[in-house]
Amino acid sequence: MAPSSPEGVADLGVAAGTDPAGAPVLHPRPAELLEVAEALRDAGYIQCLDVCAVDYLGADSRTDLPDEVVPERFEVVVTLISHQRRDRVRLRVQVPEGDPRLPTLFDLFPGTENPEREVFDMFGIGFDDHPDMTRILMPEDWEGHPLRKDYAVGIVPVRFKAAGDPR
Amino acid sequence: MSAEAPPVQGRVYARAGGPVLRLSESEAQTAAPSAPERMIINMGPQHPSTHGVLRLLLELDGETVTRCKPIIGYLHTGMEKTGETLTYLQGPTNVTRMDYASPLFTELAFSVATETLLGLELPPRATWIRMLMCELNRIGSHLLFQATNGMDLGAVSMMLYGWREREEVLRLLEQITGLRMNHNYIRPGGVAADLPDGWRDDTLSLLDPIGDRLDEYDALLTGQPIWRERLQGVGVISAEECLALGVTGPILRSTGYSWDLRRHMPYLDYDQLEFDVICGSYGDSFDRYAIRLNEIRESIRLVRQILEGMPAGDYRVQDKKVTPPPRGRIDESMEALIHHFKIFTEGFKVPAGEVYAAVESPRGELGCYMVSDGGPKPLRMHIRAPSFVNLQALPYLLEGRLVADAVAIISSVDPIMGEVDR
Repeated sequence: MAPSSPEGVADLGVAAGTDPAGAPVLHPRPAELLEVAEALRDAGYIQCLDVCAVDYLGADSRTDLPDEVVPERFEVVVTLISHQRRDRVRLRVQVPEGDPRLPTLFDLFPGTENPEREVFDMFGIGFDDHPDMTRILMPEDWEGHPLRKDYAVGIVPVRFKAAGDPR
Repeated sequence: MSAEAPPVQGRVYARAGGPVLRLSESEAQTAAPSAPERMIINMGPQHPSTHGVLRLLLELDGETVTRCKPIIGYLHTGMEKTGETLTYLQGPTNVTRMDYASPLFTELAFSVATETLLGLELPPRATWIRMLMCELNRIGSHLLFQATNGMDLGAVSMMLYGWREREEVLRLLEQITGLRMNHNYIRPGGVAADLPDGWRDDTLSLLDPIGDRLDEYDALLTGQPIWRERLQGVGVISAEECLALGVTGPILRSTGYSWDLRRHMPYLDYDQLEFDVICGSYGDSFDRYAIRLNEIRESIRLVRQILEGMPAGDYRVQDKKVTPPPRGRIDESMEALIHHFKIFTEGFKVPAGEVYAAVESPRGELGCYMVSDGGPKPLRMHIRAPSFVNLQALPYLLEGRLVADAVAIISSVDPIMGEVDR
């Protein structure tokens, strides 16, 4: 167990490390996420600042993961803050490409509603039991998830439905 | 400064059945309202007081709002995707367009994240110039809030005054950075240029009148019975709800919860400056108005201290890896020309890793989560936009209020849609 790991989760046996700024980073497995988040909340990490995701498709080296963590294509990153301890902790959860879903943090931190919808919209990672798992930024009939690495930049032509065929 | 941890009981605030009813978009489209006499109406996206293109689904019982759902995405332009195609030096031109009322804060978060990955140590003058610019920008942003908040409540003269003073601030920013908005001034490695001649006098001649005019705003609005009637007790939120919802900034502070990153988790050199963290006590729209008004005063105080303490030295780090050679060298040295060319075309490589850097923007905690794979462009660049998260408080603020108050409440959240939709 890394010494930087916040107390309260030391007994959960989650892989831990630090980032270049020295902030603690935990690597729970998807099934452990809720348990770890709840333990952290009870240990003083009372606010969930952010949920976002990263698509590591094509990234050849993942040097910053501890040995026991199996890298997957997607990673969901949850940032929690403790005002009392004045530090942030980051949870990095590996999400497999074949079954991109996680349990929602909404019941622990209702403020994850919008960020989780954004992750779903942009990466197609679903959150089980989220109250409104719909697209948030893209139009609801949009196909594809724009922030995936296999989604190209700027190839969709703008169409004006009302305008007829120019010829 | 107490940062006591109040117990958060997530489930109490969660979904229908809790103290606040929430409405999902699909519910509003398919199911009937929860009672026959209720109706669902759309407010926006094109509405004069929605601060951009924000659409609200409101479920009304007569004149009373029972449930609400903000619908966003109308300004979505995929800036995080674009960020993956730009080098670290081009990145600030992109992120500065997110929160267009306080662009320097997004540039700052982006630059700090990049510098943390690079392991750069900034010269003191660069840090102080950044603080100066951010506080000036905070003044401008809060003046904009005073203007739009006044307009939303029918105080049209306040709109004109706020806009007038903000223009003065923008004029100074233009003088220093070259642009009124979207400055691209704070960059990885420091700032784009040193402060111009006469910046000290220009800053002072800006601060003095603004301080006086804040007193005029007080006389015009703060004690005015109509203003108080429209704001006090309207849109009340508790500290527990704010914490549960991830809400930061003036909205969290309006509940009396003292939390300001500049004070409690200092970045740049804020720990060397004296200022007060302004807190409210009731968590209502009036507190949010008063906090922003007084934060302008605190920023003026900060700028005066920065004027006193501005160190001499370099305005950017002298690291050949990230800093282009001086202009004079390019004319005489082929190597300098190549070096310059490489930095601006290929960009510099940033060591692999991931980092989260946060600053206190006028709207709350603005974070940048940056992942580098060792190349010249970020693998992932995510901005934790305070407005995006703070908007989740709207259903809580609006619940049980009159439709007429909706505009006042939206205004008191002060969302910037460019940052919400990114």
